[in-house]
Amino acid sequence: MSAREEILARLRSATSDATDERGARGPVPRIAAAGESAEATLELFVDNVADYRATVVRCTPEQVGVEVAAALARGRAHTVVLPADLDAAWVMPAREAGLRLRPDEGPGGDPLTADELDGIDAVVTAARVGIATTGTIVLDHAGDQGRRALTLVPDQHVCVIRVDQVVHDVPDAVTVVDPGRPLTWISGPSATSDIELDRVEGVHGPRTLDVIVVG
Amino acid sequence: MSELPVQATSATFLGMPSFQRAAKDALANTQQRRNLAHATATIRTKRAAVVGEVEGWEDLRVAGAAAKDEALHHLPDYLEELEANLTARGATVHWARDAAEANQIVIDITRAKGADEVVKVKSMATQEIELNEALEAAGIAAWETDLAELIVQLGHDRPSHILVPAIHRNRAEIREIFVREMGGVGRAAPEDLTDEPARLAEAARLHLREKFLRAKVAVSGANFAIADTGTLVVVESEGNGRMCLTLPETLISVVGVEKVLPSLEDLSTMLQLLPRSSTGERMNPYTSMWTGVTPGDGPQEVHVVLLDNGRSRVLADEVGREALRCIRCSACLNVCPVYERAGGHAYGSVYPGPIGAVLNPQLRGTSSEVDKSLPYASSLCGACFEACPVRIDIPALLVKLRTQVVDEASGRSAEAASMKAAAWMFGDHRRMEAAQRASTLGGRLLGGRTLRSVPGLGAWTQARDVPTPPTQTFRQWWASTHGDDPDAGADEAASPVAGPTGDGVDEATPDEQGATDHRTGGGTAADAESRDPRHTSGESS
Ligand code: SF4
Repeated sequence: MSAREEILARLRSATSDATDERGARGPVPRIAAAGESAEATLELFVDNVADYRATVVRCTPEQVGVEVAAALARGRAHTVVLPADLDAAWVMPAREAGLRLRPDEGPGGDPLTADELDGIDAVVTAARVGIATTGTIVLDHAGDQGRRALTLVPDQHVCVIRVDQVVHDVPDAVTVVDPGRPLTWISGPSATSDIELDRVEGVHGPRTLDVIVVG
Repeated sequence: MSELPVQATSATFLGMPSFQRAAKDALANTQQRRNLAHATATIRTKRAAVVGEVEGWEDLRVAGAAAKDEALHHLPDYLEELEANLTARGATVHWARDAAEANQIVIDITRAKGADEVVKVKSMATQEIELNEALEAAGIAAWETDLAELIVQLGHDRPSHILVPAIHRNRAEIREIFVREMGGVGRAAPEDLTDEPARLAEAARLHLREKFLRAKVAVSGANFAIADTGTLVVVESEGNGRMCLTLPETLISVVGVEKVLPSLEDLSTMLQLLPRSSTGERMNPYTSMWTGVTPGDGPQEVHVVLLDNGRSRVLADEVGREALRCIRCSACLNVCPVYERAGGHAYGSVYPGPIGAVLNPQLRGTSSEVDKSLPYASSLCGACFEACPVRIDIPALLVKLRTQVVDEASGRSAEAASMKAAAWMFGDHRRMEAAQRASTLGGRLLGGRTLRSVPGLGAWTQARDVPTPPTQTFRQWWASTHGDDPDAGADEAASPVAGPTGDGVDEATPDEQGATDHRTGGGTAADAESRDPRHTSGESS
């Protein structure tokens, strides 16, 4: 018998006493609804993101470029990699300030190698969903967010999220995302508490996270 | 039941003394006891605060238990569904009856890729099957990349806590381990390394980054596997998980068959329960989800090894199967008065604490000395049940296992012997148990409250504007300013020290040379620190 058949047979015999039909428990209950106003939800989001020692600013759509440039200046970034479908207006002030912007494309047109990414200071992306109760940003790595390595290897991540992308809680977010895409949920910068439970930001992911909330 | 193979007590733990003897040694270790007491108390406090924020926590626990029970009661069906969805998305699924089989699968894939090393994100399943040792025997180096696991691995040590495996080490010890060991296996620790946690984390970052950047093969576990989508989920903090799951060409995930969840909605239940129970955070810093292979993003070869290794045996036990709900959050460890004093090593397994006391004798049987004694490594106080996000009644399971040990010992009163041995830990265990039974009962009543039915999205989320697409994307802009030749700009940009190009985009700032050097060459911790605004807030004007 193959390992597959044998394990499935073992499991079938192990569960032969289970009398409940598959799915008999009914739909998964939706616990603790979003009862808050949009503004209260946004405030909660901003508070919780900031609580993770990310820098959060709110601005109007016209101010995004200025805020992105300011965040990159705070992070002392010189080189910035950008996802192909990012709104070009978001990075024009940074470009005017002399930062080196570049696409996720090497000389041959292939995506940058990990080594090349390692030589880049920062990345600017959009987001898919924000979760207020947890202070989480979800990326689905669509064209305005870049593939997964882009928001991982550079040391600073500047993430722009629109207010209408912020939902109240985790179940809200799970109903919005497409599980067929790779998903990265980010709650604050990379962190560890492994040394005597002292929280240290930044082990392998970006050590600086700037979140710009638009609208 | 006895015809089914039982997971072997591994060679590493076979000679373990009984829990009581190991715990007695641990008790003599004042440093460890102090570290543990501090750590568990800290996590307990944080956990209580964030659990208190959640309306309907008890209902969530009930939903969490129900999700796992649904999956476990129909495990063969859900596994087949998972397999079909994974395969449809380009992953290769393997099945492993036991540790040896699982290890061989990983070795074969790694060899087929021509790799002699793998990077690993912390995984209890691969610790359980002692994959690192098997890889080493096969001439393949396995680099643990979780900071605590790195500390444990470099210290030639064993993990002692599910969540904070190096909880038994303090900062001075960690510094010593880094200075002594890092150079032998890769980039050495900086010469001026202090025992400041930020500096130690920085040393780990530099040491591991060179391994991440060159790794061809990564090995992970999974916290959850979603049957109806084929999605695997890894929950972590440091980004080492993301590195392993993203950069290498080949990813091998070893997943215990009990990790299956029926649906994505069940995942949302678990993502609400797990981080708050585990680290006492609203959410862990990083959660990665991937469904097979995504062309152009992440590993282009994805393998999933579904592992039995004793789980079918536990599942066959209608009481014991409750332990398979465990989502390895470690909340039960942090509230356990026995664990707090004895430490994780005394449990003789990668699964320490209350859940270890249940799971190990179930997975491995009760023939070895350590597995025989584990059901007694508890005061039956009920705190673990209270804390458990999926409502595993650990005390009840322990009582049942005690009976089993006594039965097996027929003639000899194992219970009397073990109780005597445990007595040093609890002056009067009977009084303690009586008080604690009362608290457990309270929790059961609370946990059984009826579920409130709540509608889906909040009203305001439905009344939103349709997202406005950018008027010009970066790609369009890049094309318009760099002509038709995508290489023109990229070439210049690929060489970060290239001179000014005239259009301002790639213009290097005067200090770029320095900024570039430490990233491409052997940068120092000081270089990198100076990039961190937290260290430079005073000087950046
Ligand atoms: S038994 Fe419960 S509390 Fe303990 S680690 Fe497992 S899920 Fe967490």
